Amino acid sequence: MDLFGSYALLLAFAFALYAIFGGIAAIITRRPLLIKSARNAGFAVCVLIWIGTISLWYLFYTDNYSMAYVAAHSNRSLSPYYKFSALWSGQEGSLLFWSFLLSIYVFSALFTYRGKHPELMPYVGVVLASVQIFFLTMNNFIASPFQVFAGSGAGGILHLATRADGSGLNPLLQYPEMAIHPPTLYSGYTGFTIPFAFALAALLGRYPGEKWIHLTRRWTMIAWAFQSAGILLGAHWAYAVLGWGGYWGWDPVENASLMPWLTGTAFLHSVIMQEKRGMMRVWNVWLVFLTFMLCILGTSLTRSGAVNSVHAFAESNIGHWFWGFLLLIILVCLAAYFKNRDYLRSDNQLDSMLSRESSFLFNNLILLVACVAVLAGTLFPVLSEAVRGSKISVGPPFFNRVNIPIAMFLLFLTGVGPLLAWRKTSVESLKKNFGYPLIGGVVVAAIAVALGLREFYVTLCLLLSTFVTLTIFFEFYRGARVISARTGSNIFSSASQLTMRNTRRYGGYVVHFGMVLVFIGISGQAFNKDKQMDMSAGSEMTLGPYNLYLQNYDTTQAPNYSAERATIDVEKDGRSVMMLYPTRRFYPSNQESGTMVAISSTLREDLYVVYAGTNPDTNLPVIHAYLNPLVKWIWLGGAVVVLGTILALIPNRQAVMVLSSVTAGAPSPIAGSTQPAHVSFSARSQLPTDGHD
Amino acid sequence: MKTKAKFAIGVAIILVTLSCLAYVGAQQSKTYYHTISEIPTLDGSALHQRLRVGGDVKNGSIQHYSGRIDFVLVEQGKTLPVSYVGSDPLPDTFKDGAQCLVEGKMGANGQFVAETVQAKCASKYEAAPAGQAQPGTASGDSYQNGKS
Repeated sequence: MDLFGSYALLLAFAFALYAIFGGIAAIITRRPLLIKSARNAGFAVCVLIWIGTISLWYLFYTDNYSMAYVAAHSNRSLSPYYKFSALWSGQEGSLLFWSFLLSIYVFSALFTYRGKHPELMPYVGVVLASVQIFFLTMNNFIASPFQVFAGSGAGGILHLATRADGSGLNPLLQYPEMAIHPPTLYSGYTGFTIPFAFALAALLGRYPGEKWIHLTRRWTMIAWAFQSAGILLGAHWAYAVLGWGGYWGWDPVENASLMPWLTGTAFLHSVIMQEKRGMMRVWNVWLVFLTFMLCILGTSLTRSGAVNSVHAFAESNIGHWFWGFLLLIILVCLAAYFKNRDYLRSDNQLDSMLSRESSFLFNNLILLVACVAVLAGTLFPVLSEAVRGSKISVGPPFFNRVNIPIAMFLLFLTGVGPLLAWRKTSVESLKKNFGYPLIGGVVVAAIAVALGLREFYVTLCLLLSTFVTLTIFFEFYRGARVISARTGSNIFSSASQLTMRNTRRYGGYVVHFGMVLVFIGISGQAFNKDKQMDMSAGSEMTLGPYNLYLQNYDTTQAPNYSAERATIDVEKDGRSVMMLYPTRRFYPSNQESGTMVAISSTLREDLYVVYAGTNPDTNLPVIHAYLNPLVKWIWLGGAVVVLGTILALIPNRQAVMVLSSVTAGAPSPIAGSTQPAHVSFSARSQLPTDGHD
Repeated sequence: MKTKAKFAIGVAIILVTLSCLAYVGAQQSKTYYHTISEIPTLDGSALHQRLRVGGDVKNGSIQHYSGRIDFVLVEQGKTLPVSYVGSDPLPDTFKDGAQCLVEGKMGANGQFVAETVQAKCASKYEAAPAGQAQPGTASGDSYQNGKS
């Protein structure tokens, strides 16, 4: 019974084989029954993976310590909440979890397009099943989470053994975000499999037109939003749990999650060129291939321990399986490309530097440069060892020097790009669209400099952020004013009507605004302060406007840990404003300790206090306090990005309200359906949508 | 054609600028990995770069002094005396027998001056009853940071 799940996974493996080879046979013979049975095999694979995963959860909840994986990642005193997240806390489980999330996407895609696109879907099914079979190979034969303890008893016969209790979950993972961050990020990683499969399928099957791009647009946006949220949740976890006062350290695993995000972002933008202008076909196909490869690379870096990282919760020998899979993907993509590249010829050429096209090209170029730089920095130890024989790593200065200017340029394009016309933009329209926002940005930056701001990049970031925010604001304002003039409704409801009519465009603006908030939050880092002191009861520390008065220390006992806690009274301007309780936990089951950081967060700044340990010289507790300005803006920005994506995913609403109010206001004597249609057309043509997405 | 040329120039400017920045950044922050046995073989310039060395903490070698902590790293029988001068308290995982990564520079007297120390528990599942098959155990052993 304990091994129920492993049989489900084995069966899933068999069905995946059928989905691949049956699918290939179906493509060759074009027999409808075979196509259908291959697709049904695809459904079966997904359902069986769900059963396997759920049975592993069951083993966790029933405290089945005869299972090696359960024993290594849980114990009886672990709270039920973390027994859920313990599933993906180790290598075997997280690989299964990868399969699990992927199977949700695969099922949804196969289900959504069942009976549609008969020329494309069989190819898609084969590609998806091929990706699944790699992970099922890992789940079944290489890193099975269903291993049992066994010992050799009398006569050398193996018999199952069990343990009374497990080793417990790594304390660093006993944190609420650890139940949200990995699923979110993995949903991003796995989600890019769908656009990848459609792109490869369209190329293999020479599927005409830009259909695959329309089909995958939403899937890509969903994966992208998960990836964005996953990265930020990971940053927040590192910030709130690791206790080093920062949220991003250019750690290999952080980089691994950023790289597919960068190429995915490039892809989201450059497919618009293909949709509207029939350009960049080769580029787009390779971008989505690359994004998927980076997702696999990212998973492999996280899981294989090829590079040292605070996030890499596993070190093992599965790396070469991933490298092999990656090589195979590259070979298949190259082969498909060289065989069918004539199908990807472009319709149009670049007309002008001042055009929407060129802004997309630059956007893509620098996103890709950023990705290459991050990749090079991450793999520097591996590369330098191969090239020069000595292992060299590069640190944050390398990443920051390259990526900060790139971020600034991207911010600039965020403001400029959406308002440039396709093909060529006139100088008049530049003045009209960018005059006020640019003046606004310069004024704000000038005020900041006058008030004593001296950091070059922060000033630039402020200027550009203001500029972008104002361009977005004017876009909403202009469109809303037109609707408001037509319908008489107030400007806010007009703005919401405007958004609902073209959700993709206005949702996109909301995402851009969210990114601006994130950038503002990151720029606050230039003003971080910190101080560390040995503090006994009664001692005080001053940091920025705050005075920290240490009242006392106490010790508490919980079922699975003991904790030492400092009580700190925080004063500002001579008045007590809050109490903070930085805590240090000790988990006896695995002899590890964990820091519970005390954070007081406002829009202005975070006061972040860590109980850092004990000074062996003085035997006094060490308190490390950080003052980090604007950090909260990053998390807020992330929420706005996700909201904007959700908005962009909502289907456009027809301008029903406009129609009814206009026709009600001016009842036409001529009965018939042409009148509303005409009104609708004229109302829409006044909106500044021409030439824009 | 003209547009293409302009575009090419723009691209070239961006790429050259970023490459220069990348080069400077790499020079500024590069750290060389070495094993303990390699350190005596390093000559002049290589010895003065930032180094990262791994090893196990020798039992009983941890000595607390004011302002620094001395210990000895062992790897395949070779030893390296280390002096940790960072301001952060060392991670709790840092104890006798722990696997350890130190980053810093070689001092004049053959003592390694470490600014950061990362430590990892010596395999925490060692106590598994004898005779049992060893399942995948390595997960969960993250390095804990002691940044300076």
